[in-house]
Amino acid sequence: MALLEVRNIKKNFGETEVLKDLSFDMEEGTALSIIGSSGSGKTTLLRCLNFLETPDGGMIRIRGEKLFDAADHAKESEESIRRKRLHFGMVFQQFNLFPQYTALQNVCLAPLLNTKDPKSADRGAIEKHAKELLDQMGLSNRMSNYPHQLSGGQQQRVAIARALALHPDILCFDEPTSALDPELTGEVLRVIRSLAQNHTTMIIVTHEMSFARDVSDHVIFMDNGVIAEQGTPEEVFSHPKEERTKQFLQSYNKAL
Amino acid sequence: MFWTVTLSLLEGFWGTVKLFALTLLFSLPLGLLIALWEMSRVRVLAYPIKLIIWIIRGTPLLLQLLIVYYGPGILLHNNIWGSGDSGRFIAALVAFVFNYACYFAEIYRGGIQSIPVGQYEAGQVLGLTRGQIFRKIILLQVIKRIVPPMSNEIITLVKDTSLARVIAVYEIIWNGQSFIKSAGIIWPLFYTGVFYLLFSGVLTVLFDRIERRLDYFR
Repeated sequence: MALLEVRNIKKNFGETEVLKDLSFDMEEGTALSIIGSSGSGKTTLLRCLNFLETPDGGMIRIRGEKLFDAADHAKESEESIRRKRLHFGMVFQQFNLFPQYTALQNVCLAPLLNTKDPKSADRGAIEKHAKELLDQMGLSNRMSNYPHQLSGGQQQRVAIARALALHPDILCFDEPTSALDPELTGEVLRVIRSLAQNHTTMIIVTHEMSFARDVSDHVIFMDNGVIAEQGTPEEVFSHPKEERTKQFLQSYNKAL
Repeated sequence: MFWTVTLSLLEGFWGTVKLFALTLLFSLPLGLLIALWEMSRVRVLAYPIKLIIWIIRGTPLLLQLLIVYYGPGILLHNNIWGSGDSGRFIAALVAFVFNYACYFAEIYRGGIQSIPVGQYEAGQVLGLTRGQIFRKIILLQVIKRIVPPMSNEIITLVKDTSLARVIAVYEIIWNGQSFIKSAGIIWPLFYTGVFYLLFSGVLTVLFDRIERRLDYFR
C-alpha cells in the first residue's frame, strides 16, 4: 500500500481553479519532486497537504488512514487537524524561523510544547535529539545563535532540523532554495540530498531541475493545476512524452 | 516660601500621578480589547469601532473632557459624577481611559498585523495550538515592535494629564498657577516643569531599558 494517497484534490481561489482534480500516490522512503512553472499550483498542493489550505474537493490518505475528506471536513475539530498535521513536516521558502529563539530553541520548541509533561525526563532526550539533528545539518557550532546571526543557508538548515524534530512521515519542501543567494543553495541541497540517501520520505517543490533529476525517485510535472506528466526522472527529463513538458524543459535549458 | 510651594506642588503632583497611573491601568487592557474587536473578521462588528476610534482620535481630548463631565448632567438631567473632587476626578479618568485606549488600540493593531503570516504558519505546521502560537511565538515579537510607539504615547500622557484642570481636577499646574494670584510669583510654574521633566526622564530611561532588553533578536 502506498504511504500517501492523494485523490481528486481540487482547490479554487475565488473564480480561479488552482488545483483541478489532482491524484497521485507516494511510497515510503522515496523522494518526490514537483516541478512546473510559477502559478502551476505546486505550492498550493503542498499547502493543502499541510492543512494550510483546505481543498474544495478530494481526499488524502496516509497509510490507509483518512486524513482529509472534503465531504466531511466541516465537522473536523481544530484539535484533530492539529494532530493530523504532524504527519507532515514543512520547510518554507522564507525559512520562517522564530527570531526570538536560538537555533537550538527553534528546533526544541514544538517537541517540548507537544509533550504532555514538559518537566519530565523527556526534556533531556528532546534536547539531545535536537542537537544531533543540528549536528547532522552541519550546525554544531551555531546552536546558540539567533536567526539574524545566521546566513540564509544556515537558517534554512535550522528550519529543516526543526521540521525533522517532530518525526514527520513526509517532509515537504516548498522551494527551499528560492530565497537564497546562489552561493548558498549548495549547502541546503547537500543536506536534502543526504536525507534522500537515508530514505527520508520527501516531497520537494523546486525550480532546481538538475537537483530534482538527481535526487528524486519520482517526478511530477504540474501545469495549470493538473499533473501534466509524471514518472521517473529519466522518463520526465530525458524522454518527456507531453508537448507541455518538452516546452517547459526547453525554456529552462534556454534560460541556463 | 520654597517649602510651601514644594509641598503644594507635591500634592498636585500626586493628582497627576494618580490620573496617569489609573489611566494606564485601564486603557492598556481596554485598548487590546478594542484592537481585537477592530480586527474581527465580522465586518459589521469592526465598522462601529472604527467610527468610534475616528471620533476619539479626531477631536481634542480637552473637548472630550468637557463633554464627559458636563454631558450627563445637562443632556440627561442626571449628574452621574456627583459633586465634589472625586466625581470630577472620575469623570476625567473616564475621558482619559477612552481616549488613550483608542490610541493604544491602533498601536496594538499595527504591531499584531506587522507579524508576517509565515510565523503563524510555521507554528501551525509544527502542530502548535492557537494559544501556544500566540503566547510562545507572536506575543514577544509584537511587544518588541510596539515598545517605541507605546513609550511615545505614554510620555505624551504624562503631559496630557494637565488638561484635566479644565474640569477643575487638581493637578500640579493648577497648584503651581495658584501662586501667581496668591503671591504674585511665577517661579512655581517653572518648578512644575521640573517635575514633568523628571517624571518623563524616568520613563524614558525605563523604556530604553526595555528596548535594550529586547535587542537580542530582530
